[in-house]
Amino acid sequence: MSKFRKNGKKEMKAISTASLPDIVFMLLFFFMVTTVMRETTLLVELKIPKATEIKKMEKKSLVSYIYVGKPVQRLRTSENELPKIQLNDAFASVQDIQTFIATERDEKDEKEIPYMTVSIKADAGNDDPEVGVIREGVRMKIITDIKQELRKANALKINYSTKKESNLNSNLPQ
Amino acid sequence: MKRRGLPEINAGSMADIAFLLLIFFLVTTTMDVDTGLARKLPPMPEEEQEDPPEIKARNIYEVLIGPTDLLSVEKEKMDVSKLREGAKLFINNNGRDGNLSDSPQKAIISLKCHRLTTYKIYIQVQNELAAAYNELRDEAALNKFGERYASLNKDQKKEIRKMYPQKISEAEPRNDKGVN
Repeated sequence: MSKFRKNGKKEMKAISTASLPDIVFMLLFFFMVTTVMRETTLLVELKIPKATEIKKMEKKSLVSYIYVGKPVQRLRTSENELPKIQLNDAFASVQDIQTFIATERDEKDEKEIPYMTVSIKADAGNDDPEVGVIREGVRMKIITDIKQELRKANALKINYSTKKESNLNSNLPQ
Repeated sequence: MKRRGLPEINAGSMADIAFLLLIFFLVTTTMDVDTGLARKLPPMPEEEQEDPPEIKARNIYEVLIGPTDLLSVEKEKMDVSKLREGAKLFINNNGRDGNLSDSPQKAIISLKCHRLTTYKIYIQVQNELAAAYNELRDEAALNKFGERYASLNKDQKKEIRKMYPQKISEAEPRNDKGVN
């Protein structure tokens, strides 16, 4: 009995925070390793379409991106209402794609060239008024033009960027 | 007792510094993984090309997407939601129905779209066709190896792929008119 009372009277010892930096550093390293810095600023409005049969894209360093969509509000003037192509940080025309692919290839190792992929990120539009302004997505004309240019540049591995949609059900049990 | 030579360095601010860096990386991190539908484009046709081999009409599954996003499959209207079943029936026909394919190896899906077709519906159609093949491959894998396609090893996958080769052909775009 007296034993307990004795203990209760004592001041509570301060919790040691010596391991706190270690924990924080652990988290820090995790985020440092997983971070991918955003390289380009989007100049086009982009809402990626959804699909179920998607695959993860591997080797991000070997992927070149082509963005397609209408210019964002602040860059829109009366003459550029139409969907545009964005390569790196600037608008480009369809004809620029071949040079773009050539420069992308120059930067890479010769062995890696066959594994290079072009990811087409095109705007699917927005039909949900709750998310934002209703907008029509791009049409196939520009996509077909891009594909033709890619074929001419012999960049045949492509990827239509899509997001995972979970509510489409599959016939087979998961 | 003898005192130690060096006083301990105060590490109290270490946590603050680490927190600062941590917050910076937390804010700049984009965690989303890039996903998409992988496709391979056919190489450009060469100058003098021999005539392509004749393919029987029953082995071609014609999918047309019109300018108003309406789908015409084998010259009949179809909803996108029915396309998966339709394509599966066509591929896995094995010569039963005279209008559908001889065998999955010979079955070719031909996809044509108008230049006014929206990208969204095009992706949906591509997705449904890919889904048809994936489901058939899954079924075959379950029958043959008792496992789903994704969990098979390389050789087994190759075998299943040989059973159901994914043949989706896209029409060469015309210069001015496109498909009507």
